[in-house]
Amino acid sequence: MNRAHRLLILLVAVLLLGGVGTGAVLYAADRSGKKDQEQPGGPAVRPGTVTLEASSGRELVFRNMAWGPHRDEVVSVPAGQPDGPRTASGVKCLRFHAAAGYGICLQAVHHGALEDSYRAVVLDSKLHELHGYPAVGIPTRDRVSPSGHHVAWTVFVSGDSYGGTDFSTRTAIADTRDWHVDDNLETYAIVKDGRPYRASDVNVWGVTFSAADDNLFYATVATGGRTYLVRGDIAGRTLTTLHENVECPSLSPDGTKIAYKRRVPGLPSDAQWRLYVLDLRTMTETATAEQRQIDDQTVWADGSTLVYALPGDFGADLWTVPADGSGSAQVLLKAGLAPAYLG
Amino acid sequence: MYLAESRAAKAPAAAPGKSPGRGGAAVPGTVLALGAVSLITDISSEMVTAVLPLYVVTGLGLSPLGFGVLDGINNGVGSLVRLLGGHFADRGGRGHKTVAALGYGLSALCKPLLLLVHSITLIGGVLAVDRTGKGLRTAPRDAMISLATAPEHRGRAFGVHRAMDTTGALLGPLLAFALLRLTVDGYDAVFTVSGCIAVIGVLVLLLFVPTPAAAPRSEEPRTAPPKLTESLALLKLPALRRLTLCAMLLGLTTVSDSFLYLLLQRQLDLPTRMFPLLPLGTAAAFLLLAYPLGVVADRIGRRTLFLLGHAVLLLAYTAVLLSTGSGAAVAVGVLLLHGLFYAATDGVLAAAAADVTPADQVGAGLALVGTGQALARFACSLLFGAAWSVWGGHTTLAVTAAAMTAGAVTAGFVLRTATPTGTAGAAK
Repeated sequence: MNRAHRLLILLVAVLLLGGVGTGAVLYAADRSGKKDQEQPGGPAVRPGTVTLEASSGRELVFRNMAWGPHRDEVVSVPAGQPDGPRTASGVKCLRFHAAAGYGICLQAVHHGALEDSYRAVVLDSKLHELHGYPAVGIPTRDRVSPSGHHVAWTVFVSGDSYGGTDFSTRTAIADTRDWHVDDNLETYAIVKDGRPYRASDVNVWGVTFSAADDNLFYATVATGGRTYLVRGDIAGRTLTTLHENVECPSLSPDGTKIAYKRRVPGLPSDAQWRLYVLDLRTMTETATAEQRQIDDQTVWADGSTLVYALPGDFGADLWTVPADGSGSAQVLLKAGLAPAYLG
Repeated sequence: MYLAESRAAKAPAAAPGKSPGRGGAAVPGTVLALGAVSLITDISSEMVTAVLPLYVVTGLGLSPLGFGVLDGINNGVGSLVRLLGGHFADRGGRGHKTVAALGYGLSALCKPLLLLVHSITLIGGVLAVDRTGKGLRTAPRDAMISLATAPEHRGRAFGVHRAMDTTGALLGPLLAFALLRLTVDGYDAVFTVSGCIAVIGVLVLLLFVPTPAAAPRSEEPRTAPPKLTESLALLKLPALRRLTLCAMLLGLTTVSDSFLYLLLQRQLDLPTRMFPLLPLGTAAAFLLLAYPLGVVADRIGRRTLFLLGHAVLLLAYTAVLLSTGSGAAVAVGVLLLHGLFYAATDGVLAAAAADVTPADQVGAGLALVGTGQALARFACSLLFGAAWSVWGGHTTLAVTAAAMTAGAVTAGFVLRTATPTGTAGAAK
């Protein structure tokens, strides 16, 4: 085979493969166009005014995942009518949470450069930006404290893109009174089993704030292949371990129970996380009736019901399950993510 | 020709007198073709690497922390596969190209597979197969580069190859994010295009990389291909054994990129948003310096430059240790030194290994040195992490720097004694 033949073969192959690649790109681009059209049978979404002050009864706000022009926008529905028509705010968030008239919105920013960057934006009750912080990785968790004085967010950082598969998390807490930010909770002093602890592999994620004590929060700390529930002190800059095998804690409104996902040994490694509730006074764990793998930080709808996301036809659906282990999991609403109850 | 010359040029130290300044013809077409294969393949693989976290978190809604566990396993497996790849490549003259093609092909297959798997475990499995392909192809590819190049020009040949390789690694993420922008989160399009590019890489290898001539025999023609035990018996060659030991000794104190970036960021208090840019700085310096330092290696000797490269890394450690507060200039300086270190050691070590290995076992020889170094670096990561828990990052780096100084002095002594008689043929 001479050089000309080989070049010809390469040329034909490049044309063929180029065609396949172009086809795949066009197909995907076309599909992305469809995502801007409402799907039959989907929830009705209308533009309107969304506020974080519950003026007219209890409301549920969340990221709308339903296809259509308001995809990814923060929407609200009456809490008692979760599958009712959605009011779209025009504000797009990857993750969202709200409390006490403040919202935290983790956004992707498409600027001039090709690569996306992310921002953590604190919103006022009319969803106007109060303050923005750069976020250094892919957004995964966020929370506003019940007082509205603190916001927290967690992102995934892939530190070394040439290393491939090693990930870590970064968690930040900002004060909405002076906009001071602690942009890496790994710098807090860790007390593990009563003794000071230091390690290079510490990761912190999934902050949940206390309603009773403005300085108190709970979070996950991972180190040495284990995950711990920690109690955090903002002023003291400490994290103290309380319990093992806890990820993405969520404190109940009365501050007595924590819902979280727990790795259950013996299950397939891609479906290990189950939803549990820990009683902080007795330190007893209760399994909920949800039998599927959970990868979300749950939200307490009230003192006895948990809300969380599971994969669905349009990304994610919201489900509920009783916190005391009774009952069964029920769909709350389709095509929604990152809920928060107001009022 | 390869045999004769590799014997004649007993050590790279013989090179300086020869034809300085006539570098033009020094890099054969085979090396450029292999460089093109690596460039194309790296575009393809870095496309996937760059978007995978995003895909896992925002596309699939999973948390990617589970990957960390798989990573350690992959590192170990990859090293062993590299040994096997080097060994099988030496079985007969066509071996190098065949095994390399298998390795590139295996990785190309993985890209469309990503379209089908949607759980962390399966994605981890596909990544493991991808790594296996990378492990298989590395040693035969480097063997082809060294066999195709006159011994006195191997440094620059590897320099050209590493520069092209890194170019692909820098282009891949750009292409991937451009596609994601165009298709609005069309990860399937990214994986498909990546697969197509990988196939083109394999085709360029098959069509334009000449099959190496039957590997020259050491003494009389041999009927049987080398056995696996013979590959390991290569360590009986004093020069190769010394080089492997020195690569491992220095690898044991080579802090992993992630740890170094983390220390740099903390020590200089760099804004965290700059963190993803740090590897790019190293890669850019590596890309620009790989060829010039390859030429330098050919003139002053590869083992000398390999040692000097580690001295440069020591400088980088020292700069990190002494720096305080914010200083973008220090960060740029450290990244430049870090890239300089790679440029002075990465391809240069392969060239040095080829110098001291019999031509018919060069695949296995390169794999031995490479695997030894990789395992030592892996051990360093584990030790560094453990020491960090006890002493903190700053002290651990200081101890590592001290250990590296001792290692470099020892290696300097060991490699010096190897120079006069350390040729491959003598021990065979």
